[in-house]
Amino acid sequence: MNASRPDFATLTNGQAVKRSEIPVLTPEVFGQAILDGVAARQRVSALFGASSPIPGATRIYAVLADDEQNLLSAAATDIAGGEFPSLTPRCPQVHLFEREIAEQFGLRPIGHPWFKPVRYCRSWTGRDAWGRPAGQPILPAVGDFYRVEGEQVHEVAVGPVHAGVIEPGHFRFQCHGEQVFHLEIALGFQHRGVEEELIGGPNARTVHYAETLSGDATVAHATTYSHVIEALAGCQASARAQAVRGIALELERLANHIGDLGALAGDVGYLPTASFCGRIRGDFLNMTALLCGSRFGRGLIRPGGLGFDADADRMAELGRRLDAGEKDATVAIRLLWDTQSVMARFEEVGPLPRKVAAELGIVGPAARASGLERDVRRDQPSGIFCFSHIPLSTCESGDVFARAFVRWLEIQHTIGFIRDQIRSLPSGAPRVPVKALAPDSFAVALNEGWRGEVCHVALTDAQGRFARYKVVDPSFHNWPGLAYALRDQEISDFPICNKSFNLSYCGHDL
Amino acid sequence: MINILLARLQQKHRTMKYPDGAPPPLPDRFRGRPVIDTAQCPEGCRACADACPTGALDPQDPGRIDLGKCLFCTDCAEACPKQAITFSQNYQLAARSRKDLLVARERQAAEVAAAALDAKYRKLFGRSLKLRQVSAGGCNACEADSNVLGTVGWDLSRFGLQFVASPRHADGLLVTGPVSRNMALALKKTYDAVSDPRIVIAVGACAISGGPYIGHAEAGNGAESIVPVDLYIPGCPPNPLTILDGLLRLIGRIEDDINFQLSTRNAQLPSKNP
Repeated sequence: MNASRPDFATLTNGQAVKRSEIPVLTPEVFGQAILDGVAARQRVSALFGASSPIPGATRIYAVLADDEQNLLSAAATDIAGGEFPSLTPRCPQVHLFEREIAEQFGLRPIGHPWFKPVRYCRSWTGRDAWGRPAGQPILPAVGDFYRVEGEQVHEVAVGPVHAGVIEPGHFRFQCHGEQVFHLEIALGFQHRGVEEELIGGPNARTVHYAETLSGDATVAHATTYSHVIEALAGCQASARAQAVRGIALELERLANHIGDLGALAGDVGYLPTASFCGRIRGDFLNMTALLCGSRFGRGLIRPGGLGFDADADRMAELGRRLDAGEKDATVAIRLLWDTQSVMARFEEVGPLPRKVAAELGIVGPAARASGLERDVRRDQPSGIFCFSHIPLSTCESGDVFARAFVRWLEIQHTIGFIRDQIRSLPSGAPRVPVKALAPDSFAVALNEGWRGEVCHVALTDAQGRFARYKVVDPSFHNWPGLAYALRDQEISDFPICNKSFNLSYCGHDL
Repeated sequence: MINILLARLQQKHRTMKYPDGAPPPLPDRFRGRPVIDTAQCPEGCRACADACPTGALDPQDPGRIDLGKCLFCTDCAEACPKQAITFSQNYQLAARSRKDLLVARERQAAEVAAAALDAKYRKLFGRSLKLRQVSAGGCNACEADSNVLGTVGWDLSRFGLQFVASPRHADGLLVTGPVSRNMALALKKTYDAVSDPRIVIAVGACAISGGPYIGHAEAGNGAESIVPVDLYIPGCPPNPLTILDGLLRLIGRIEDDINFQLSTRNAQLPSKNP
């Protein structure tokens, strides 16, 4: 099936095109094309507002990913006035994107079924989609919540400050006894205003913004940012740099997956794996530190290549540590699958059916655990993943067990991948000079971070500065999946359901 | 059951001896306390200050680095035409006062180690200090490397230090993040919920100064804008060893001077590519 529409421009991951090549459609054709694309199993990777050359109008861009054709497609539409027709009733995966456009640009999506702010911040245009007066403070998570009425129904509110060492967010449960009828998640507490500050860049801070969009996905975001810069500057990192970026991305995946499996064990009171994996995660973070001095990969990925080269001795040491880490992790994680009391707590808890996951546009291990075969490394490969393939890991059941087991499968494949890369690290310059960015251009880059698809889109102005820089963290797609997975579950299972997704708050709130 | 025991044997005993023994080894590319050889600075050169993403180097006097703003990113070292800035292996960065985080030209060899709490506080908290962690716009890296201190390798609880679930159980706060506008009230309320006497520890460049977000409309310039801070632990994020060193100094468990041999003997430019 050739799903790409003639009225959308097609491009590949990591490609820059002139902005004039992005077709500007009427809102009706634009909306229909998105609906048709999603009906043909494309995904909405990004949908965002930007300034329009037409005074008073807002230009909305869409980037669709066609995983079967390994292509991306993009188009835009100009919205004059203060409203646009909402696609959410027919395409649930755009619901947060439309709320974000409303919040940032003050445009009302007409017909949106749950029209609330995303991050509780002022619009960039001075126009407010909710008609709130300019002087009135906007308070996070203050407003109407979905509410179930009834004599025996009660509401549980949690956060923003939680019991664990985690980021802040507000959760509102509608419960009947222990049973959760509905969970609504209100975020925005971590909002730092990064997208607004990215406009006019790149500058001395930009790469540091990329590295801190979500700290546990430093490598994924910094690599994606570098791909955008390299596309706009018309240069390419060497094969060596791309291989090391791939190693770092996969080390990030290993550290987080192992940490998550330990935390899941902790949440069901299974302490052996919890304490082993907590430590082993640190061993993998230290492997990243071996490459660049920082456990989170700060300074390792830079536009044009690497901040730190990888010498042969270092790679040999990495290989030795990988072997030791693999052994420890295997012993620790296998205990989970062999322990009935753990499996009883994982299985059939927090199910996210495949159909719902597809409708919500879920990405990453959470999508693969629900049987959706999507992985940017395979479907929209860039860098080293064009040449070296990692098998896709899926499960069918969509429950906590599936999300845990997909991580275990990915851990095993990823260790093999890193070992191959260490063995055959190509030569080449660690970093090539980056020239000025092309003016009036549009570039998209995707990478499969450990949580799923990291998408960055840049639009440059006539001087080659960012006129808009859009970041879509995988958490932005996946938070609604967690809310759905809690339906009809026991509220006491919230911690393991939450941990099985382990989403980023700051990545969502930016 | 036998599998658990076999696994336990395989995983071995992993709790480190530090602080009674040697600290865990740091990677050779670890970027600790920066050292500036100001004698090499060409007259009027501001290359380092111009390259710094957070304004940690004073443009009037680039010999001064504010560790509270420093991301330890080496952008300054790369920009320096004389390679006068190096990042040493010295992980001992915590300070009790904001001004002690200024690595000044004349003070490079006499940094102030974070002093312990005074006698009254130390009597209360020296052997049991319970902390509530508040992330206020943090990117989750400082949070993660604070949390890791609770794992078996570091075993924070052997010092009577523990992260607790509620401010009502806590003796103080460990704050990360620049304090996003939407977390300012929650941070204040969490602080108010901790009974007096209480302490506040700011971990990471964001919580100390705003870090990469200095000057953002949507983020404050660190915890100090909302609550008084008793201990500053610089880094982006600080290594767990830096955080632990700061915490142990605060409760008086480590009282040595800062090991300046670490700053001088091992000072080297990380082997950056051209």
